[in-house]
Order: sequence, then structure tokens, then C-alpha cells
Amino acid sequence: MSTASAPVPVAAAPAQATAFVRRRPPRAVRRKRALIAIADHSILIALAIMFLAPFAFMLLTALMTSDQTLSAKLWPHPFHWSNVTEIFDKAPLWRYTLNTMIYAVLSTIGVLVSSIPVAYALSRLRWRGRDAAFLLVLATMMLPAQVTAVPLYVMWSKLHLVGSLAPLIIPNWFGDAFSIFLLRQFFLTIPEEYSDAARVDGCGELRILLTVVLRLARPAIAAVGLFAFLYAWNDFFGPLLYTGENAAHWTLSLGLSQFRTQYQVEWNLTMMATILFMAPVIALFFAAQKAFVEGVTLTGVKG
Amino acid sequence: MPRLQVRDRRAARRKAAWRRRRLVLGLMSPWIVGFTVFFGYPLLASVYLSFTHYDLISHPRWVGTANYAFMLHHDPQIWNAIKNTLWLMVFAVPLQVIFAFGVAGMVVRAKAGVGFFRTVFYLPTLAPAVAATLGFTYILNPATGPVNTFLSWFGITGPLWFESPTWAKPSLVLLGLWGIGNAMIIFLAALLDVPRHLYESAQLDGAGALQRLRWVTLPAVSPVLLFAVVIGVIEALQYFTQAYVASSIVGGGAGNAADPANRLGYPEGSTMFYPLLLYQQGFRFFNMGYASAMAIVLLVVAFAVTLVIIRNTRRWVHYQAGMR
Repeated sequence: MSTASAPVPVAAAPAQATAFVRRRPPRAVRRKRALIAIADHSILIALAIMFLAPFAFMLLTALMTSDQTLSAKLWPHPFHWSNVTEIFDKAPLWRYTLNTMIYAVLSTIGVLVSSIPVAYALSRLRWRGRDAAFLLVLATMMLPAQVTAVPLYVMWSKLHLVGSLAPLIIPNWFGDAFSIFLLRQFFLTIPEEYSDAARVDGCGELRILLTVVLRLARPAIAAVGLFAFLYAWNDFFGPLLYTGENAAHWTLSLGLSQFRTQYQVEWNLTMMATILFMAPVIALFFAAQKAFVEGVTLTGVKG
Repeated sequence: MPRLQVRDRRAARRKAAWRRRRLVLGLMSPWIVGFTVFFGYPLLASVYLSFTHYDLISHPRWVGTANYAFMLHHDPQIWNAIKNTLWLMVFAVPLQVIFAFGVAGMVVRAKAGVGFFRTVFYLPTLAPAVAATLGFTYILNPATGPVNTFLSWFGITGPLWFESPTWAKPSLVLLGLWGIGNAMIIFLAALLDVPRHLYESAQLDGAGALQRLRWVTLPAVSPVLLFAVVIGVIEALQYFTQAYVASSIVGGGAGNAADPANRLGYPEGSTMFYPLLLYQQGFRFFNMGYASAMAIVLLVVAFAVTLVIIRNTRRWVHYQAGMR
């Protein structure tokens, strides 16, 4: 949008203004526009470099030897590729990866199985109290996790489940507010005619949900699944609270910061582990970019 | 005979209504259970526990309003934590919203590569909070980090960043500015939705670039701005991971004990935010009653702040007819 370009001087000649023809603008105007475009793109490119630089520095550091990380050099010399294997020797990263996968996969399945029917009832069926129920769902979405943390911790510790992944996974099997919200928004956009046609053909509501709505809502379901997976993959507060004392059940997010000697952080190993931790997320993003954008614009936030 | 039919029909209708109610109940049941067990119950239990002394081992002991009184008069840490969290809400949130808006505005102006720039500015948002924080603690590492190395080429001695009580919070803000991708994406969508003809007619009326921003762009995107501010404030109220990771990794020198919780707030409590103090009280010191009182205050504040923002902005947030 060329909002800053000068107004085309049509008013200078009233005779021409009446017969409004789009002419090639005069040279001075064209030059000014070109300069503005160059300035815009220079700023954008500078910003892009600033946004990408942290990734680049993390990657470069991940390939340094420990001595190099203590110098002011920015380029690894030589490239120390063995860091990739060293981090697996120094910390039980496979164990953490397995735990993270258990947490993320079971949570994602739970969120989908439990949130889809709720979203269906909140969008495609009419019943008294529906709007009130939806408001309650929204309210739970806004609630800081720390507010309910103490009694829930007490509850899980009485069930002797603190120190395991169960307190992180189980709640996801009982409807996730954000996912319900996202799915509902999408279900509302599906024309009622499809359901009506199925009803005329003698389908019950469950059949309509399973055949018509689920098929049409695939992009939204993909987005919800993606966000649920990423939430669990990235989660730090939950695993810290419930598995912090039991390193056998640590997830990757907890295990990343343990590469250190007695006196300092081993930055090269920490950065290598960090990059391996980020890589699946970024790969997932490029593989499913459409679902991402759909989800973000549908709800305005990421889960 | 007709009477029987009526009764039959009525019974059938009642049966259908009953079946329908059962269907709704069945579909809603996961959420009803989840809401009761993981939301309703803990909320009520929090209120109760906030009036007790409870260490998870012995039974809760009723202490009346002692926890709240301690919070107001005696807790040496809480005012600092509140101040830090307020700082986030007053400085960091508006800065992030403005920055995200500016970046979106620049992307809109791009003639080429809109998709590329959008992806680049979104990418950092994907970095898990722990990973992003670890990355920034390295990049802003005072002695050998790239940023201070870069500054030294120009003869500037960089600050101590995460090691300095003055610069620790601004360092966290930089980290936050790196991750504005979500806000940027919704601003971008909103900016692209502003009708072009409004700009053209404003231009014909002789409005300059700033006037167009003030009278065309801002009113059109104000609902999205409000949304971003509300989300930002709610996130600021529960700001935890970044501060926890930064303080535990930077403050982890030999002088500190092995337990990372003892380094919370490093340096000098400058990164001790309200949720971190709640975590420390509840799950490190096991002052469950006191932590519950803090949770209740957090709940009330979160609710009030959201309400105040939404109330006060009705004046300037402009909803297009038919749009909510």
C-alpha cells in the first residue's frame, strides 16, 4: 500500500480532473515512490536480519568447542560437530524425548477426543444455557494457571501421582477451553444446510458430527491438534511442578538447562540441545503452515 | 380415539426432548467433569486454603485472615514482586503491542516478499519459551555474548544484561519483542482488512500519512489492538517460564546452592515476578495456605484488570456495524 506517496497532481489542471484518466505519474513522483519503496524494504530487511540473528548465533555457538564459547569469536573454528553426539552422552536426552512425546501425544489425543463433542454442542445444537456455558469456557481460558495450582497439586499428591506425567495428561482428556473455543468458531462457519440435508436423510446428531462436521472441519481440527501438541512440547510450568523432583520423568524443557560445569554454563552443548529441541517445532510449522495461519487468525492467539 | 393420539404425540414429543437433553449432556460431559474437577473445585479449595496454614503434611489449620495480613504488612518480597509485575504491564506490554503493530505496518507496505517477511517475523514465536530464553541468556552474555562483542567493535561497553538488576527486566523485554509473531499476524490480517477506499478518500481530502493513521487505520484496527492488550496483560500476570529459566541459568554460579529455586529473582530480586513468588511460597517452601491467598489476589486482579481495560476502551474502540 503506497500510503505515503504524494497525491497525484490531478487538481492542478481542472479540465483533466473531470476526465479522470489514470496516466503515468510524472517522473519526480515516480522517483519519490521508488525511493520510498527502497527505504521500506531496507527497514524490513534490517528487521528480518535482527529477527533471524538469534537463531544464527545459537546455531554457530552449538558448533563451537567449549574454549571458543569463552572467547569473543563469533564463527566456530573448527566446526565441532561432535557436540551433536556429546549432548546425548552427557544427559539422558532420549529419556526426556520419550517423556515429552508421551506427554504431547497423549494430551493431543485427549484434547481432540474431549473437545470436539463439546464444541459441537456449543455451536450446532440449540439448548437453554448454551451461551452461559460458552461464557464459562471463555472464563476458564482467561484464568492464570497459578490460581488453581495449589489445590490441584494437593489433589494429585493425595492420589500419589506427583512425580509422574499423569497430572499433566489427564486434565487434557476433559475438554480444553482454548480448543473448544477454536473448534466452536470454526463449526459456526459450516452452513447449517449440510446438517439439515443429513437430517432429512435420517442421520442422528452423532452421525452428523462424525460424518459431516468432522470432514468439513479438518483444517480446524488440524490446527487444534497442532496447538495441543506444541503446548505440551513447550510446557515448562506443568512439568516443573509435577515432575521437578523426579528426573526420570523430566521432559525436554526441564532437561535443557543442565549442561554446566560447577562454575559455568556449557554454552555450546546448551545451544546444541536447544536447537534440537526447537527443530521439530519449526519443521512442523513449515509442514503445516496452513493449519497454523488458519488457527491463529481464527482465534487471534496461539495455544 | 383422537384423545389417545394427542396423548401419544405429547409423549413422543416429551421423549424426543428427553433424548435431546441426554444428547447435549453426553456431548458436554467431558467439559462438565473437567470444569468441576479442574476449575470449580480448585477455585473453592483455594478460597478455603487461603484462610488456613497448610504444609501438605499436617491438616490445614484455620488462621482466619492471617495470610492476607502477612501479605499486606510483613512479606518482605511481595511488594517487589508486585512492582515487577506492574512494570511488565505498564512498560513491556504496550511496547510489545506497538512494536508488533509497527512490524505489521511495515510488512503491509512491502511490495515484494510479504510471505517471506511474515514467516521470518513469526518464526521466533515458535521457539519454545525455554529455548528462546536460553538463547537470549547466551546472546546477551556480558563477557563473550555476540551482542556485547558487536557493541565493543564500536567502542561501546555493553551492559551486564541478565546479570544486572537494572538491565535484567529490559533483557526480558528484548526477549519478548523477539516473540511478537502472534500479535503481528493478527495486526497484519486487520490492516489488510481496512477498506482501501477509506485511504483514498482521506487522501483526496488532503489527509497526511499521520492523519490517515490516526483517523482511518487506528479506528479500523482498534478491536484487534484491544484484544492484543488484554491478552498481553493476562500473559504479563502469569509471566513465569522466561524469568525462571533466566534467573536459574544466569544466577547459577558456584556461590548459589544447587536448588534453582534459591536463585529465583536473580539478580537482587529484579526478576522476581508475582507468579514466581507464588511458586516459591507454595511449592518450594510449602506454604500452601499463603500461596492460596496469593492465588486469590491474582485471580481478583486478573479479573479486575481485564474488566477495567474493556470498560475504558469502549470509548475508543470502534466496532464496525454488524461486527462484534
